[in-house]
Amino acid sequence: MNKPGHLTNQTRAGLLFAAPWLIGFSVFLLFPLLKAFYNSFTEYTILTPPVWIGFENYADIIRDELFWKSLGNTFYYAFIAVPVSTVIAISLAMLLNTKVKGQAFYRTFFFLPALVPAVPLAILWLWLFNGEAGIINAIIEPIFGVRPNWLGDVNLAKNILIVMSAWGVGHAMVIYLAGLQQVPIALYEAADLDGASPLRKTFQITIPMLSPVIMFNVVMAIIGSFQVFTQPYIMFPGGAPERSTYFYSVYIYDAAFRDNRMGYASAMGWIMFLIILVLTLTAIKFMDKKVHYESN
Amino acid sequence: MPHHANLTLFGMNLTPVLTVIGVAAIAWAAVTSETSIQKPARADGRVVVTYWEKWSDFEFDAMRAVVDEFNKSQDKIFVEVLSVPNIAQKTLLATSGGIPPDIAGLFGGNVAQYAYNNAVIPLDEFAAEAGINRDQYIPAYYDFCTYRGQLWCLPATPASTALHYNVDMLKAAGFDEPPKTLEDLDAMDKVIGRKDGDSLKSMGFLPTEPGWWPFAWPGFFGGKLWDGETKITMATPENIRAYEWMGSYSKRYGSATVSSFQEGFGTFKSPQNAFMDSKVATVLQGVWMHNFITTFKPELNYYAAPFPYPADRPELANSTVLDLDILVIPRGAKHPKEAFEFIKFVQSQKGMEMLCLGQKKNSPLAKTSPGFLENHPNPHIKLFQSLAFSENAIAPPKTPIWAQWGDEIRTATQSINSGSKTAEQAMKEVDTKMQPLLDKVIRRERALGIYPEKTGEENN
Repeated sequence: MNKPGHLTNQTRAGLLFAAPWLIGFSVFLLFPLLKAFYNSFTEYTILTPPVWIGFENYADIIRDELFWKSLGNTFYYAFIAVPVSTVIAISLAMLLNTKVKGQAFYRTFFFLPALVPAVPLAILWLWLFNGEAGIINAIIEPIFGVRPNWLGDVNLAKNILIVMSAWGVGHAMVIYLAGLQQVPIALYEAADLDGASPLRKTFQITIPMLSPVIMFNVVMAIIGSFQVFTQPYIMFPGGAPERSTYFYSVYIYDAAFRDNRMGYASAMGWIMFLIILVLTLTAIKFMDKKVHYESN
Repeated sequence: MPHHANLTLFGMNLTPVLTVIGVAAIAWAAVTSETSIQKPARADGRVVVTYWEKWSDFEFDAMRAVVDEFNKSQDKIFVEVLSVPNIAQKTLLATSGGIPPDIAGLFGGNVAQYAYNNAVIPLDEFAAEAGINRDQYIPAYYDFCTYRGQLWCLPATPASTALHYNVDMLKAAGFDEPPKTLEDLDAMDKVIGRKDGDSLKSMGFLPTEPGWWPFAWPGFFGGKLWDGETKITMATPENIRAYEWMGSYSKRYGSATVSSFQEGFGTFKSPQNAFMDSKVATVLQGVWMHNFITTFKPELNYYAAPFPYPADRPELANSTVLDLDILVIPRGAKHPKEAFEFIKFVQSQKGMEMLCLGQKKNSPLAKTSPGFLENHPNPHIKLFQSLAFSENAIAPPKTPIWAQWGDEIRTATQSINSGSKTAEQAMKEVDTKMQPLLDKVIRRERALGIYPEKTGEENN
């Protein structure tokens, strides 16, 4: 037994090994996080010292119409983009898991979009959805006789970003694919002996066995979609049209770096953190009952 | 693993210790980077003044030529100029980090924000010592640089705007003269605006092309966005009339049709620019437009005239939107005195005209040298130069909340154009959203004792 207050050499060595990460975490994550928490109770214009104002920022945020608007947009995006891209990613992974000729080629092919950097991708989508000269309308118009104004219509613009998120499911797909390969063949063989249909095998074997991976990916997707920034920021300056594409992260950025309201932005950041925390915990609680771990 | 193996590892292998030292060294370097970023002294003993400029391209070359001229003109100071994209933010962050450049070439619309945030130093004493005063400038340009009674910047190149019109398109539609009144402009649009099925082929005018100054429309109707001090007044009859007029263009052809037409435009800096491509016959544009036309569409037969005024308000003739590039000394600059020497050089007749000729813009100075207007590359320069003196010049409000307020106006105009809100509704909403922010700024300024302070020249 060691006396309290004295670290064993082993502990000391362990801490030293962990030190680079611990220092990095403290300096680049923990400190900014705590500083932002403090700043959220201040009026802070970056160049003048923060002035303590208590809960004023939070009170202002609740009254801020734009806060609700951007939050609403973000929820809309997350609540559609997360399920849609999850279903697409799982479906693709299952298709790519079937033994067909050229399997490696297809896997690469469907992963490729995830490798295109966000900025050129945003520009390309702008061209595709251009109401006047875009290729999407060039296809739609002869068939349906309509020419939707994708980028300029308040009801359509947000949905383009959802389509784009479905385009970028490559990373999640690869993780699902890895998960699929962990499913023991024996289970399928047993099901085959019992005469189970492919659909039944999917819902009784594949999805339950995949559930830990689904949970991981869904949680990551929730976090990611609440922080969506690059695409809307590039494609729809100022959240045009009429702020229908103005997302929460963009508002935080504008408040901090356009308006120099660092305290306000910090408060918004913390609210976002709490929202994501609650959503993630809810997702975990909800799914935990349904998640099967192989060791159980 | 046996216990002693760890000990041996700890005793023999210094990797973790070295790693910690490495991380500590990086952290230390980051903390003390101020000293490492400092420019080494020059062998000739001249003070090095760093200057960040937002421009790249020929505008930057023009500024660099002025810098070279200054460096040649004396042997005490050496200005090093650097083209810095996204300059407002970078300057702000460098200033907050204690390592600002000595001079920054920023945008004139945000002077109040810089001053309010303590980002720049007042130049009153330097200017007084150098004999620089408001009389030497076109007043509206000088006034960009004042806020709450102090001088925070001095001009680099200015701009004014006018109606650019496609002579051939107007002629083909039966107009030999550019529109004088807004009613003329509307009438011309009705002739030139051409729909083919449900898609537009051309328009006479389109308020959202390029739509860079949505805040300016009230000015053309004699409206004011605020009282210049404490009260935002977006929903006055003049302002509502202005935005109703703006929205009438979307209404005339259908907002979806117009917005789809607009999506077909190429980018501003391209031959597919709506004006250069003869899709829109007239456009409100600045003195710089000539440069782009000569680059992308030299054969375009165009001319410039003052922007039209409402027929019932002839006194509003010669309204123009003004813009200004500025030079500031960020707070914490190491060589403010030397920095001002360069700024002073730019303010001289010689320095300023060299710069304005190089950037192909008008001059912010009240007097121009003989030959400046005559030798100017822009054939319409006399118009732009005289418009800047106009009593009806329109400049953005000088308040630290302008970035947000301007954005709010932009969004409101989108709602008016789409028809989702009336001009009155949209403007009342801007009032309600922005007034509390302005109140807050004024409360803080009162607490700091920098307001009220009548300046006597707060405009618009």
